Amino acid sequence: MSEFDAATAAVQAALDAGARYADARVMHRRYESMSARNGAIEELTQHESIGLGVRALVGSSWGFHAVPELSDAAARAAGRQAAAIATASARVPGPPIDLVPSPAVTASWASECAVDPLGVPLSDKGDLLVRATATMREHGADLAEGLYQIWDTAKWFVSSEGHRIDQRIRECGGGISATSIGERETQRRSYPSYRGQYGTTGWELVDSLDLTAHAARIAEESRALLTAPECPAGETDLILGGEQLALQIHESVGHAIELDRILGWEAAFAGTSWLDLAQLGSLRYGSELMNVTIDPTIPGALGSFGFDDEGSPAVARDAVREGRWVGVLAGRDSAAVAGLDHGGSVRADGWARLPMVRMTNVGLEPGPHTLDEIVAATDDGVLMDLNRSWSIDDKRLNFQFGCEIGWEVKNGRRGRMLRNPTYTGIGPHFWRSMDMLSSEIVPWGTPNCGKGQPGQIGHTGHPAAPARFRNVRVGVRA
Amino acid sequence: MTDTEAGIAGRVVELVRRLAGPDAQAEVGVTRRRLALTRFANSFIHQNVDEVAVSVRLRLHVDGRTATGGGSLVDPDGLTALVERTLAAARLCPPDQDWPGLLAPTPVPAGPAWDDPTGHAEPDDRAERVRAFVAAAGGLETAGYCRTSATVEAFANSAGHAATGRSAAAAMDGIARAGGADGVARLGVDRLADLDGAALGARAAAKARAAADPVELPPGRYEVVFEPTAVADLLENLSWYGFNGKRHAERQSFAEPGTAQFDPAVTLVDDPLHGSHMPFDSEGTARRALTLVDGGTTRALAYDRRSAAEAGAESTGHGMPGAATFGPVPHNLRLLPATNGAAPNGAGPNGGAADGAATHGGAATGGTDPGGVTGAVADPETAALVAGMTRGLLVSDLWYTRVLDPKSLVITGLTRNGVWLVEDGVPVRAVRDLRFTEAYPRALGPGAVLGLGTRAVRLPDRDDGVWWEAPPVRLASWNFTGGASG
Repeated sequence: MSEFDAATAAVQAALDAGARYADARVMHRRYESMSARNGAIEELTQHESIGLGVRALVGSSWGFHAVPELSDAAARAAGRQAAAIATASARVPGPPIDLVPSPAVTASWASECAVDPLGVPLSDKGDLLVRATATMREHGADLAEGLYQIWDTAKWFVSSEGHRIDQRIRECGGGISATSIGERETQRRSYPSYRGQYGTTGWELVDSLDLTAHAARIAEESRALLTAPECPAGETDLILGGEQLALQIHESVGHAIELDRILGWEAAFAGTSWLDLAQLGSLRYGSELMNVTIDPTIPGALGSFGFDDEGSPAVARDAVREGRWVGVLAGRDSAAVAGLDHGGSVRADGWARLPMVRMTNVGLEPGPHTLDEIVAATDDGVLMDLNRSWSIDDKRLNFQFGCEIGWEVKNGRRGRMLRNPTYTGIGPHFWRSMDMLSSEIVPWGTPNCGKGQPGQIGHTGHPAAPARFRNVRVGVRA
Repeated sequence: MTDTEAGIAGRVVELVRRLAGPDAQAEVGVTRRRLALTRFANSFIHQNVDEVAVSVRLRLHVDGRTATGGGSLVDPDGLTALVERTLAAARLCPPDQDWPGLLAPTPVPAGPAWDDPTGHAEPDDRAERVRAFVAAAGGLETAGYCRTSATVEAFANSAGHAATGRSAAAAMDGIARAGGADGVARLGVDRLADLDGAALGARAAAKARAAADPVELPPGRYEVVFEPTAVADLLENLSWYGFNGKRHAERQSFAEPGTAQFDPAVTLVDDPLHGSHMPFDSEGTARRALTLVDGGTTRALAYDRRSAAEAGAESTGHGMPGAATFGPVPHNLRLLPATNGAAPNGAGPNGGAADGAATHGGAATGGTDPGGVTGAVADPETAALVAGMTRGLLVSDLWYTRVLDPKSLVITGLTRNGVWLVEDGVPVRAVRDLRFTEAYPRALGPGAVLGLGTRAVRLPDRDDGVWWEAPPVRLASWNFTGGASG
């Protein structure tokens, strides 16, 4: 039986068992990763998984069941079980649930892919990591690591409203890191970021990174950081590189605008949000330079798709316009609760996981400056780049980030290197202090966004560019 | 069911022999797991999931080269494809100079007792506990989950070693919310029958009410009492970054075996079979209790076969998928409680077993409320520690902790789910959450532990099969580096 047939059987069985709405996803995912350490392959893993997950709405209660089989009997049993679980949910019932409309379409979509990443010979991929990590060792790194990851996901979605959508999304990326180890601490430098850059693209993305060309530089920088002066403590102007700003967006904007968090659905684990729906459209989130979009249509960005896992088409929307909060990431049920008219941001990490509100591509529109102009305009500050640690409270307000490297900025010039740069602040205060933003946008990919119980790993994109923030507390340490 | 998984593992080993020749070395793990989680928020069940998953993991070493493959397809075609794919991958890999070889046939102990009602729990069983939690919160808004899991696993390798096991476990984790303040109750157990939703809900509600109207305190160093929910974070980070044999070999760990790195009150034992767990690891090595820190002195590190061979040591049964990259991590770490009558600062006998985990979530006050903010102290263990504190903070939970430097294990994070200012042994005010930046080994170092409770509580991790067990702990100093306002 076909994947669509299995999904259809599961949906029908859920309806027959009393569901008023049901949808089912068959997913077939192939995954490959390779890591290298100090000039040798450390681990090569390949994994292939296929199964079916079905979601049933009985009354106003949800149930979800997933099985690793696609037979007609297994699919029907899964649909019945999803309805039974939904019935059990009604023992502790909530308010009425509706779904905002989503056009019932029959469609196919595939991400762009010039070079099939699983088709590139393993020997070529291994040689790349071996070469890059060997070069880092030759240039002083105590620990030289390289990694690539590839996901090739096919999915078939059917709903009781008539959706019938298949998609194939290929994602890949990679990166390298050099660590130098001192008596009491370690220093790390990475390229292009710690786990690398990722996108919904083919191997051409990894080729474009030219990992080996950056290996010697980051190794030497990691060694130099061991004896660099420590980032001073105090308040100063802070210039962030684009990669770090991408994570700042992810943590202090992307998660904060997730509607399930705003509604309290994640209160016990991921947390809530400082945002209040009553202020949607009026709240001042940041400075007027701050324009953030929710855009799953960006070709090649890691959070792109044709349709989300509820069958809603990819549509670009504003989240923050000229500093004002105007949009959220939503699903069909959360949008209905909030009185909004669209979902479109619901995804599941594989067939065995419940679709939930996830970031797509949440990022900044370009500003009017360049990094060079920002540095030149700064009399006294610190430039920080590449994330090393990240922590933020459960309302997405109080954050502290550490970066791999910092530089003193004095009288418009980048000066000496600084080690252990950290900065801390409160989200809206921080974003309101952004007074310069570069036009040099890169759609950074984050392949490790954790959320949900059981845990799910999301893949998100964050267009970002260097920017300056005024009067930020830096140099926090133990 | 176990025969089925063992049969699949055996078939994969045979396929490897047939397709790769008699000299190929294969390790096969087959896992069938049912994971169900009933989740509630705004005091109703909003997500309710139940998954059945099967996975086959194959590590293959052939002609001196190694690759790992896995999949969910267990029919003959699927297994053949897995072996062929992994074989092709191995042949393209560079030589693996550090291959540790396979484990020879070795006895594996039986795992902890299997509890049938837990292994076969129904959605109604979980929903009933959620209903009780919500009802016991007395009208406060609640959120959390009730989880049950059942795992059957088989291992076989081409050296003739084989093992099977099964485990079942349950957990509940919930908060109650009062005026923007949260209180938490969290517990992991081997038997679903030991999860008392009402007791947990009442505890969370009492803590939430006690956390209302918090004041903001200036950052700085404070003496602290950490409840077990907070101590679990210390154990997790020490495990990942400190007692990890691979990280130690890379000189990225603070751990120095043979050195008194911790306070004498600290004894840490990784003890997988103390709770529900498979009796063997992903390489077939028998799991056993491993004392990592004994009376403050670091004694051991966790190894899988590869990291052990590199260190000239023996595997300690910590093989796990991904260990080649992340290293072997103790996942069932216990901070042993004070023995009866031995807890510093008056935390004396109260009927608790010296090494037993509490199997309850704690009553709302435990009858030991020392006065001050009613409900802030929820059990006798914590009460005894708080009573000895002249000025400090009582902390329920830690959140979003991340490593600034793995070697010194400097970590930043925040408090969550309740903080109280304690003066003269009495919690006098609820306090807004604080950010900290602290070196964990230093905070537990010689002279830094002022008291331990005499009963430990098992705390479930995000990942099923992982848990941390600890009593409340009183520490001399904790470095809070920011208040709620920045």
